[in-house]
Amino acid sequence: MSIISNTNESAGGNLTARALREGIFAGIIALGLFVLFVGLETTQNIRNELVLNQRWGLLAVFVIVAAVGRFVTVAYIRPSMAARKAAASKAVAETEESFFKRNFSKIAIAALLIYPPLMVMLFGVQGSLKWVDNFGIQILIYVMLAWGLNIVVGLAGLLDLGYVAFYAVGAYSYALLSQQFGFSFWVLLPLAGILAAFWGMILGFPVLRLKGDYLAIVTLAFGEIIRLVLINWTEVTRGTFGVSGIPKASVFGIWSFDVSAPNNFAKVFGLPMSSAYYKIFLFYLILALALLTAYVTIRLRRMPIGRAWEALREDEIACRSLGINTVTTKLTAFSIGAMFGGFAGSFFAVRQGFVSPESFVFLESAIILAIVVLGGMGSLVGIAVAAVVMVGGTELLREMTFLKAIFGPEFTPELYRMLIFGLAMVVVMVWKPRGFVGSREPTAFLRERKAVSGSFTKEGHG
Amino acid sequence: MAPGTNTMTNDPILKVEHLSMRFGGLMAINDLSFEAQRGDITALIGPNGAGKTTVFNCVTGFYKPTMGMITMRQKAGKAFLLERMTDFEITRDAKVARTFQNIRLFSGLTVLENLLVAQHNMLMKASGYTILGLLGFPTYKKAAAESIDIAKYWLEKANLIERADDPAGDLPYGAQRRLEIARAMCTGPEFLCLDEPAAGLNPRESLALNELLRSIRKDSGTSILLIEHDMSVVMEISDHVVVLEYGQKISDGTPDHVKNDPKVIAAYLGVEDDEVEEVIEEIEVIAESEGPQGGTHS
Repeated sequence: MSIISNTNESAGGNLTARALREGIFAGIIALGLFVLFVGLETTQNIRNELVLNQRWGLLAVFVIVAAVGRFVTVAYIRPSMAARKAAASKAVAETEESFFKRNFSKIAIAALLIYPPLMVMLFGVQGSLKWVDNFGIQILIYVMLAWGLNIVVGLAGLLDLGYVAFYAVGAYSYALLSQQFGFSFWVLLPLAGILAAFWGMILGFPVLRLKGDYLAIVTLAFGEIIRLVLINWTEVTRGTFGVSGIPKASVFGIWSFDVSAPNNFAKVFGLPMSSAYYKIFLFYLILALALLTAYVTIRLRRMPIGRAWEALREDEIACRSLGINTVTTKLTAFSIGAMFGGFAGSFFAVRQGFVSPESFVFLESAIILAIVVLGGMGSLVGIAVAAVVMVGGTELLREMTFLKAIFGPEFTPELYRMLIFGLAMVVVMVWKPRGFVGSREPTAFLRERKAVSGSFTKEGHG
Repeated sequence: MAPGTNTMTNDPILKVEHLSMRFGGLMAINDLSFEAQRGDITALIGPNGAGKTTVFNCVTGFYKPTMGMITMRQKAGKAFLLERMTDFEITRDAKVARTFQNIRLFSGLTVLENLLVAQHNMLMKASGYTILGLLGFPTYKKAAAESIDIAKYWLEKANLIERADDPAGDLPYGAQRRLEIARAMCTGPEFLCLDEPAAGLNPRESLALNELLRSIRKDSGTSILLIEHDMSVVMEISDHVVVLEYGQKISDGTPDHVKNDPKVIAAYLGVEDDEVEEVIEEIEVIAESEGPQGGTHS
C-alpha cells in the first residue's frame, strides 16, 4: 500500500515539476511572440508624430495566461481527462450502471409528480402557471404524441407524415361533441380515441399496400385532407374561425373548474380564485395519459402483436413467410398509434378551450416525427428526452429576454426557433445517427437481457 | 445415402401439376409436374436460371402461377390448393414454411425473438388477439412459456443456444442459415421449403446442415423440399431429385438415377442443343463399358 502511494506521490511530484517547466516554457514563448505585437504599439499623436506606446501590463497578462494555461492543462486537465476515459472504459467492462441510470424512469416519474407543487412553492400560485402550463403541459403533450407515433414509426417502421390528422380528429371530436351534445370530458376521451383509431383504419386500408416513400406521401396527403375538410366544412367546424368555448374538464365530475359552478375546486377548498389549479389538474391529466401510452407500449411490445410490429420493421417478406398477416398487423399499429393521437387531441381541446385548423398543420407532424427520430426510434426514454430538449428548448427561447440586451430591442429569440430546431437536429444526427437512445431492449431473453445495438436494427421501409 | 423410406407407398404431400409461370414474354416455368412424397427430402436442382426459385415462390404463394395446380395434403388428410392462397395463409393454414436464398432474418431482434415471432399465430390465439394477454390471463402466460420451450428446443437442435440473446444480425453466416431453418420450423410446418440452405457454407457447416435436416425429418416428420447447388448435400440427403432446365423438368427420380441421366449431365456441362444426341450416345457407350454402377457425377 505504501509503495503504491509513494509511486503515486512521486508521479504527482513529477507531474507538477513537468507542468511547471512546461508552463515556464510557454510563458517564455508567449513573451517572445507577443513582445513586439502586444508589448509595443505604434500610434500617431495629435501632431501626427509616430509614437511608441509601451504596454508591459497587457504583455504580462498574455504571458501569464499562456503560462498558467499550460500549467493547468498539463497538471490537472489532461490527467483528469485520462482518468475519466479510463473510468469510462472500466465502466463499460463492468457493465455496472449507476443507480441513477438504472432507475431513470422511476426518478423521472417521481420528479414529474412533485413538479407542480414544487413550482407553486417556488413561484407562488400565479407564478407557477407559466412553468406548469407552458413547459410542463406543452412538453408532455408532445411526449405523448411522440410516444403514440413511436408505435407506428418506431416499432412498426411505417413512415407516417400525417400523424397530426389523428390529433385533429381527437380535438374536434371533443370540441364538437361536447358543444353539441354536452357530453363530459370523461365520456368523450375514450370516444375521441376510438374515433381517431377508426380514422386510422380508414386511412390504413387503402394505404398499407404502399411502402416507404409512397406511404409517406399518402399519409402526408391524408393529414392535409383532414385539415382542409376542417377548414371548408364550415357548417360543422366553423372553418378557420375554429370552435371556441369548449367546456373544461372536471375532476371526474366531483369538482368543476367553471367559475360559476357551485362545486368549483377553489370554492370547495376555500382557496383564492386562480386558473392555476385547473392547469395543475391538466398537468396531472396529461401526465397520466402519457404514462398510459408508455405503459401500453411497453406491454404491447412483449405481446405477439408488438413483436410482429418490430419484425415487420425488420423484414416484411420474412414476416409473411412466417404466416403473419401483415395487413392486419399494420392496421393495428396504425389504429393504436392513432388512438393515442386522438387522446392527446381531446386533451389539447380541453386545455386550449379553442381549436382551429391552424393547430394541425404539417409542421406539427414534422415536429412530432423529428422528436421520434431524434429520441431514437422505439425508445421511450430517448423520445421523452428529445421532446424535453426540442419543445422545452424552444419554449426556453421565449424566456431569453437578456438576448435583447445583446442583439438590440427588436430581437425576438422565438423567431429563431425553427432555425435552432433544424440546427439541433443536424448536430444530433451527426453526433448520434440513431437518436439519443439508439439501442433496443429485447422483449424476451433466456439468460441475460442484452441491449441490441442500433447498427443491427432497421428503420423499416413500409 | 438416406433410404427413401416412403417412396414405395404413394402418399404425396405436395403435388405440382402443369405449373406454368410467365413473366411478360419469358416462360420461367413451362408445364411442370412433380410430386414430393410425405416424409421424403425432395431436391430441386438445375443450372442457374432454370426456374427453381420461381417454383418455390409459386409453392409458397409469393408468386401467383399463370397456370397449374399445386395441392398440399396434410397428414390429417386436409387438402389445400396452394395456388389459390396468399403467402401468409399458406404458412398459417397449409403449414408450409420456407427460407430464402438471401437470408431474411429479423437482424435487429435477438435470436430468441426471431423464433418467438415465428410462433406468432399460436401466441395470438392464446393471447385472445392481444386483449386477454394485456389483461394478464393465465392462458397467455402458459402459451408464452411454451413458446420459449419450443424456441429452446430448436435453438439446441440448430446449435445456437449459446447465442440466444444476441441480435440475429450479429451471427456468422452459417449460424444465420441454421437460425432461418430453426425459425421456419417454429411455425410448426408439415412441409419445409429450403432455398439453397447450403449456399456459402464451408464443408463442415454443410455436414452440420445435413445432420440438422435429417433430424428435422426424423423427429418432426416434416417433409422437405430443397433447392441446392451443393451436390454433396443433394446426393447425401435427398430421397428424390427433380431436375429443371429452362423451366421444364428434364429428370426425376432417385439421386442415383438422376446422377446418371445423360440429359442432366448435358444440362450441367452445357452442351449445344444439336450435340445433345451425340453426347447421349457417348455416355451410353461409357456406361455400358463401365457397367451399371459407373458414371460419376461431375
